[in-house]
Amino acid sequence: MTNAKIRLATVWLAGCSGCHMSFLDLDEWLLELAERAEIVYSPVASDIKTFPSNVDVCLVEGGVANTDNLELLHQVRANSRVLVSFGDCAITANIPGMRNMLNGADPVLRRSYLELADGSGQLPHAPGIVPELLERVVPVHELVPVDVWLPGCPPSAERIRAALEPLLAGEMPQLSGADQIRFG
Amino acid sequence: MSVCTLRIDNRDVAIAAGASVLEAARAAGAAIPTLCHLDGLSPVAACRLCLVELEGSDKLQAACVTAVADGMQVRTDSPRLREIRRSVIELLFTEGNHVCAICVANGHCELQDLAVTVGMDHSRLPYRFPDRHVDLSHPLFGLDHNRCILCSRCVRVCDEVEGAHVWDIGWRGEHCRIIAGLDEPWEAVNACTHCGKCVEVCPTGALFHKADTSEEKQGHPERLQALVHARNHQQWQP
Repeated sequence: MTNAKIRLATVWLAGCSGCHMSFLDLDEWLLELAERAEIVYSPVASDIKTFPSNVDVCLVEGGVANTDNLELLHQVRANSRVLVSFGDCAITANIPGMRNMLNGADPVLRRSYLELADGSGQLPHAPGIVPELLERVVPVHELVPVDVWLPGCPPSAERIRAALEPLLAGEMPQLSGADQIRFG
Repeated sequence: MSVCTLRIDNRDVAIAAGASVLEAARAAGAAIPTLCHLDGLSPVAACRLCLVELEGSDKLQAACVTAVADGMQVRTDSPRLREIRRSVIELLFTEGNHVCAICVANGHCELQDLAVTVGMDHSRLPYRFPDRHVDLSHPLFGLDHNRCILCSRCVRVCDEVEGAHVWDIGWRGEHCRIIAGLDEPWEAVNACTHCGKCVEVCPTGALFHKADTSEEKQGHPERLQALVHARNHQQWQP
């Protein structure tokens, strides 16, 4: 794994994509990353639509909020050697998780689509097209085993690089201190 | 003044009798994390972060309320203590609704900083997401129960330093929360002098100025400490 390019994926679950924007803030280091890793699946760096097999490292942004998120997460875990919980939403449910205080998917949908609508509101219902909300938004590690936690809202580009550098070398990152693990 | 000699982390320490183990440890340079403790207010051992090991006892003691004794042997750091301190912080994060990214205290929060100190990169306990409320009745300040960790600094500063005793802790268990007066809206409590000391000593974003938005709230415990020092020593000019 140290000489060959590692197979790197990133996925975007229930988050704002800010972690991926921060990933793009790696700027010129992205060129070095492209030399050392093959991007096999990513909303910002690949057009592949189905999650591939035999992935070395996958960054997972976002909490798990709906059935699509849940299905993709299980594909990620089944096909990735190292799963990185990428950012506060993946680690704590963070802002998407604030809907959990309303205690269930139905109260959230009613609040959003009926109570706050201007008279013409209706609940979304398009089976097979619009994924169903889970009752609660859940952090990734409450559903599948996680190998590395990379906190931050978003984690800074430097912090992402501090996690990726060891992974590119086939080692596990040891993150600590305010620069690397502070929430928020 | 009688002096106690004790050993803290294999270092000999001499300190006035009556001092706490926490004071002695800090004098010896040992870094014990604390949260509910604040110099200038009475100790209450609410947060359990400052637990230490005493030689000859299996029972851990809170350093802030344990008096030094001659010959005492104290250990302030061990794998067991580190595990307990991380668990305490995880319990605090999962018990309330602490969303650092959108908090008024983001970047200036003692709870957020302690998560780093204890190495918490995730919680091993599930989040509860309790249904809590925000009291915005006061003209100047707000109280967000989602972010409150029940350290009781506000209760103590209002009672011991301001002498107004607006705050108390009401109810029990998971329903435990800070109450104003007899569980009234904050603005309905006439005892409040609007001094803002409770806001300045709050370690999180639970008590805040209404004008504060994300990342803008900073605590100022040093103002309380300057006031307490001035009163105790009758030194009003810095």
